[in-house]
Amino acid sequence: MALLSKKDANLILDPLADNNPITIQVLGICSALAITAELKASLVMAISVIFVMGIGNIVISLLRNVIPSKIRIIAQLIVVATLVIVVDQVLKAFAYELSKTLSVFVGLIITNCIIMGRFEAFALGNGVWRSFLDGIGNALGYGVILVIIGFFRELLGSGTLFGIPVLGDPIAKTGLYSIGYENNGFMIIPPAALIVVGIIIWVQRSRNKALIEEA
Amino acid sequence: MALNTDKNSYTVLFAVIMVAVVGSLLAFLASSLSGKIKENERFERQQNILYAMGINENTPDSGVNFIPTDVVEQRFTEKVKHQYVWVNGEIQEDDQAFLIDVKKQLAALKEGGDARLPIFVGEKEGEELYVLPMYGKGLWDAIWGFMSVDKDMVVQGVYFDHKGETAGLGANIKLRFFMDDFIGESLMEGKSYSGIEVSKTNNDPVNNDKEDNEVDAIAGATITGNGVSAMIKETLKAYRPYLETIRNN
Repeated sequence: MALLSKKDANLILDPLADNNPITIQVLGICSALAITAELKASLVMAISVIFVMGIGNIVISLLRNVIPSKIRIIAQLIVVATLVIVVDQVLKAFAYELSKTLSVFVGLIITNCIIMGRFEAFALGNGVWRSFLDGIGNALGYGVILVIIGFFRELLGSGTLFGIPVLGDPIAKTGLYSIGYENNGFMIIPPAALIVVGIIIWVQRSRNKALIEEA
Repeated sequence: MALNTDKNSYTVLFAVIMVAVVGSLLAFLASSLSGKIKENERFERQQNILYAMGINENTPDSGVNFIPTDVVEQRFTEKVKHQYVWVNGEIQEDDQAFLIDVKKQLAALKEGGDARLPIFVGEKEGEELYVLPMYGKGLWDAIWGFMSVDKDMVVQGVYFDHKGETAGLGANIKLRFFMDDFIGESLMEGKSYSGIEVSKTNNDPVNNDKEDNEVDAIAGATITGNGVSAMIKETLKAYRPYLETIRNN
């Protein structure tokens, strides 16, 4: 990549695959279970987290030399919470509909341990530009998994994508439903997300044996 | 300049400054945006009330389309003929009734105090509609809405909303496939105010049966559905004396 040095590019690319926050570090599982019944919600959450992590990592990185180590966790928490509230208030004033969709996620963003994890592990010890890339990279890695889970759960559970029916009409029995296909109600409840995450982890590790931890 | 960030005095100083900066930033933001946010909330109430009366921009296959915000104020004053509050069995006119926080009023009613319960009388196609606000709890947090009935207690429209029900499950109470099912159902079963039950066992997925006081539940959203049933019952309980006066007219 001409734009980024190889080391910088890896900050974005690593979390997408071999160091994925969800499937490798097993962080952020809570929100991955809670909001992936629909593809749209997954996408909105992914975008929100990309925003909060990008800006949050910049702020923490700027403050890294002045934050007292004794209260650094509280300081990090304040930064995340402030960012999320600012976004929420601005949306309420200028994009009211969107803010209503997002309001569910506000609490989930603040408690997302990927955000705190990257503040603590990376932004506190690295420069602004690299911290920004690291934040974006990890949020993207998180978002990709969310969207994959959302895609399968909505498709198999409701037969829709972004709320649009893609497999036919389950009540009028058209499309796939005319040959006896049924929506799997199990897919829309949270345990299904755990199973999808498990399958993703299995696929990823069977393709790259280096990822398998020694027992 | 090497800063000794381990000293207690520095830690306290940092905490104080950070809290002050963040606090004033948020306070400034909140006060400068509050006018705009209040306006959005007013429009939303008006849109919701009109929606419950069946006044909206829905097309047969569309999702929920409200009257747009730029004309909602005008349509609201046009269609809602009276805004009342029901206080201790007496009816009073109040043109700001749509801004009343129903949660507080229902809580006051439960404690036996004076409650100001809003009622909106609208007109649609020459017939009077009575719009009642509802408030209850779902699985995670509050659910609320509006319901319009005619003088025979047949539902003409509902609007539901929620604070934090599960996306794809309980959150679907605000989608048309669920809300439209209520239209035509009666709040009365014979002579008793039975409400409308969100049922998992009514075996009527497209709600053809309008006599059963039941609508089909959303799979995977049992507790939210029960919350909706309970919310309708609570509303009926609170408004029953007023509804009696309509029926006896």
